[in-house]
Amino acid sequence: MATANPNVLSRKNSMRPSRPKRGFRSTGIGWLFSAPAVVVLLFFFIVPLGYSVVMSTKDWPLLGPDYPTNFPTNYTQISENELFLNSLFFTVKYTAIISVILISLSLGLALLVQEGKQRASGILRTIYFLPVVTGLSTAALLFLGFLNPTIGPMTRILNLFGMDPDWLGTPNLALTSTVLMMTWRFAGFYMVIMLSGLQAIPRDIYESAAVDGANRINTFRYITAPLMKSTFSLCLILILTGGMVAFEQFYILTGGGPDNSTVTIVMTIFREAFSQFEMGSAAAMSVVLLIALVMMNILQLRLVRKDESGDTR
Amino acid sequence: MIRSSIKMAISILLAIFFLGPILWVLWGSVRYGDASFSFQNFSSLFIYGEGISTYIRNTLIVVIITVTGSVIVSLFAGYALDRIKFKGSKLLFIGILSILMVPHASLLIPLFIWLNKLHLGNSLIGLSFVMIMYQLPFSVFMMRNSFESVPKELDEAAMIDGCSRLGIIFKVLMPAVRPGIITVGLFAFLAAWNEFITALILLNDGSKFTIPLMLVNLVRGDFGSVDFGALQAGIVISAAPCVALFFILQRYFVGGFSAGAIKG
Repeated sequence: MATANPNVLSRKNSMRPSRPKRGFRSTGIGWLFSAPAVVVLLFFFIVPLGYSVVMSTKDWPLLGPDYPTNFPTNYTQISENELFLNSLFFTVKYTAIISVILISLSLGLALLVQEGKQRASGILRTIYFLPVVTGLSTAALLFLGFLNPTIGPMTRILNLFGMDPDWLGTPNLALTSTVLMMTWRFAGFYMVIMLSGLQAIPRDIYESAAVDGANRINTFRYITAPLMKSTFSLCLILILTGGMVAFEQFYILTGGGPDNSTVTIVMTIFREAFSQFEMGSAAAMSVVLLIALVMMNILQLRLVRKDESGDTR
Repeated sequence: MIRSSIKMAISILLAIFFLGPILWVLWGSVRYGDASFSFQNFSSLFIYGEGISTYIRNTLIVVIITVTGSVIVSLFAGYALDRIKFKGSKLLFIGILSILMVPHASLLIPLFIWLNKLHLGNSLIGLSFVMIMYQLPFSVFMMRNSFESVPKELDEAAMIDGCSRLGIIFKVLMPAVRPGIITVGLFAFLAAWNEFITALILLNDGSKFTIPLMLVNLVRGDFGSVDFGALQAGIVISAAPCVALFFILQRYFVGGFSAGAIKG
């Protein structure tokens, strides 16, 4: 079943074309057994995807009687749409912040719980991981209460120190609050991935480093960090993709406010579709987002593969 | 000595950070006015909108269809992709994995219109099918790997005993791939139980809302002034099954997460 080593899980291996020792050969039966998956794939993925491309070339009001083609207007308008450009800038900023925080904190957590007394680190691992099992919208709602000045404890605690932050009232604090919530919700998840990366490093490498007299910092820098490269890039690819499509954390916590300062790309797309009723231009934006993400993923996979082929493995 | 006490202090501070909000919401959910222990907040949930029982029922419908659908679809597809050599299987697998590359937001706008044409708009069944599609890469990947780890000799022995192909899947292989099935079901449950955006876009009838939608409406004050006690009780209801499943099925969680690192 599942293996704990993320190196084995890289897409390169999972899609290995020649898998030895397959069963029997029968195209008909193969497709028959795959039919339910094909139906789901076709009707709920491929058709909507095609639809979205078609919609993006048309003037498509939500309730319009007809949909004249206006290609490429929907696309050229994107670069003039100030709301979209602002949200693009904000989303990139948010993604950069959350990447740095999540990667460093989850690595720290993993290093903290990987050794030491078995029992204690097991309990800590469970505690750090617990927020991951709550849904993202549940976590956002929880923080909405937790940071609330009247009922939440955070404001009261900071009042003791003479501070009175309006957690969701200013642009910077609204972003900080959301980052805080996302860190709480996701750090444990990336900690688990980091842990499996750490555990995949053979013990004897550390032993021989210790024999050679390497200190902790050098051991981390020359052994742990390089061998964790593929784990880091796996985490990074997930965080970057997740950051660029951020929506519900901001929708629930800040509602895009104050003063539209925390509107993300996906929020702009939904506003265009369901507040402006411009389905065509919303579809064009989502096609652009899709292409950007696919390119980002391909680029990163390329970099990972290059690293791997450089290894002795 | 100093090093280990610093480490201990940091560990405890972090534990407070991760555990604090959970303890706060648990504590708040059972406090009402001056009473330090009361179920009043939970019973308030029955008067908002259609009442929490309707929203729990709606959520359970989506969960049941998504879990059953994901297991059936991935059981057969996983079997086919591992055990049968067929033309286009590689293309199919890549097609399924490509779902991971596409942001949900890009699919939701066309899905909103397309599902109406299929008469699945504003429906819990339509929502469930979309959830099965989201889970497809993880489910199929998981089941294909599960079958891969079962020796082929098992099939051959059953074949010689005169077992049919379906018989082999259900009687011989299914017990062997049970951990995979549980993992697929678990993650389908979590996804369907917690899904927010897709439900927000696809459902527009208040009586069809799921728990996350109801709670967001509660906090937006759609049911009158915001009742934070009821919100806390709602959060507990929404998180409790997930936390319970985590403790019961802990090993499937870790297995799923490390294999599911492919999950976007």
